[in-house]
Amino acid sequence: MSAYLPVVVPALVKILVIVTVVMTGVAYATLAERRVSAFMQDRLGPNRVGPWGLLQPVADGLKFFFKEDIVPREAYKPVYLLAPLLTLIPALVTFAVIPFGTSITLGGRTYPLIIAPGVDVGVIYLLAISSLGVYGILLAGWSSGNKYSLMGALRGASQVISYELGIGLSLLSVVLWVGSFDFQKIVEAQAGGWGKVWFFLPHFLGFVVFLVSIFAETNRLPFDLPEGESEIVAGYHTEYSGLRFAMFFMGEYANMITASAFLTLLFLGGWNLPFVKWEWFGPVWGGILSAAVFFGKIAFMMFVFIWVRWTLPRFRYDQLMNLGWRKLFPLALANFLLVATFLLVRGRP
Amino acid sequence: MKVMRRPKLSFWERLYFPAILKGMALTLSHIFRKRVTLQYPEERWTLPPRYRGAPVLLTGLDGHEKCTSCKLCQFICPPKAITIVAGETELEKEKYPKEFTIDMGLCIFCGYCEEVCPVEAIWLKDEYELADYDRTDLIFTKEKLLRMGRRPPYLPGKEKPLEEDS
Repeated sequence: MSAYLPVVVPALVKILVIVTVVMTGVAYATLAERRVSAFMQDRLGPNRVGPWGLLQPVADGLKFFFKEDIVPREAYKPVYLLAPLLTLIPALVTFAVIPFGTSITLGGRTYPLIIAPGVDVGVIYLLAISSLGVYGILLAGWSSGNKYSLMGALRGASQVISYELGIGLSLLSVVLWVGSFDFQKIVEAQAGGWGKVWFFLPHFLGFVVFLVSIFAETNRLPFDLPEGESEIVAGYHTEYSGLRFAMFFMGEYANMITASAFLTLLFLGGWNLPFVKWEWFGPVWGGILSAAVFFGKIAFMMFVFIWVRWTLPRFRYDQLMNLGWRKLFPLALANFLLVATFLLVRGRP
Repeated sequence: MKVMRRPKLSFWERLYFPAILKGMALTLSHIFRKRVTLQYPEERWTLPPRYRGAPVLLTGLDGHEKCTSCKLCQFICPPKAITIVAGETELEKEKYPKEFTIDMGLCIFCGYCEEVCPVEAIWLKDEYELADYDRTDLIFTKEKLLRMGRRPPYLPGKEKPLEEDS
């Protein structure tokens, strides 16, 4: 048992830190959504609960706790009750392979800032788990016994499948460039220096395709057709209420955080800042600062998510499919071939 | 028949990205603009001088209500919110309202009562926070209406202000 302790205890501490940070992030993302949207419409938004409305998420959470949990008579109960968990859990589980900083050296031991260090297929794991989230949507819509829920769920499923291609192909160019599925190696390859800039510059096409695709993958506007309220009430979570509805809500925002982390790692240089080396700050502070920078970049991406949502109108369904299959898919493929050809001719940088 | 053809989009227009970036710049610029929200209980808007709020009864210089109970307001009131019970008085006006009630649950703040009153006894003041928890509390009696109304600061010959009705 004692042989496992040095492995298990740091992992548990890291899990605790990550879950706390992510769930707090989710709570404040909902507040940020409301405040930023208000600011963009020249309003103030919720500012009454606590200073600047900072306790609003607590009030919202309490409200969700005390709301009645309604199960429709037509619902297929086991699946109906399970579905919200199936959207929330994959969003959290993905953080196992997401490195969130360099490493912290304490008492002669080095702790890499990732829950599961040394996973060399992190990209594949993340892709696999994040697509599981669509099962929650699909099962929720189907088990609700409501035609609008079902339609929303079907839309969600087809949309996620269509845009997964864009994501996979656009990140392949990065993987090809670095020659590894390991997130830590991908981030190191963007650490600065000759040919090691953040990848959104050399892989601009891939970056754009990836950015558009994660909006569709997380069901965010302008691709939030699964919950297009003007057409299908609220989509797959029409029948949900109380804490279960809150779980869908949290799942959506947690997925946004995961997608932001994914994008940051692949294209925005992870925890790297230009002209800054984390070794300068010592073994402890370097790690903490790098994690802070990484979460800062995620926060910025979350702002972009909100910003886009309150700027662009919703796509029509055929436009969504058209964009996915006839624009982004060929674009990602072309980008992939371009990078592959470049690497074949010039060799890996 | 005239056929309307959609104008051909240029390459950049078909790409949509310039337009999207333009839209995002617009929404971003709005973040730094002045807010239009009025934080109501703390901040209040300035009312126009002839704002029509709660109808109230006015008190004359003799310290009595100006109303002579002619019932014109009662007759003109569109939702029939005003009820007057007339009575005789020793005063010069001979007639006075024994009871004068306005059901504020019915009042539509049209101001006809003020317009029609020959003695300027009823007037719509700038009071608008009239909500209450009980409908019966919305029936304003003569005493309440007089208390809410404007009164002369001093009675002639007396240096004391009018006593506040409790």
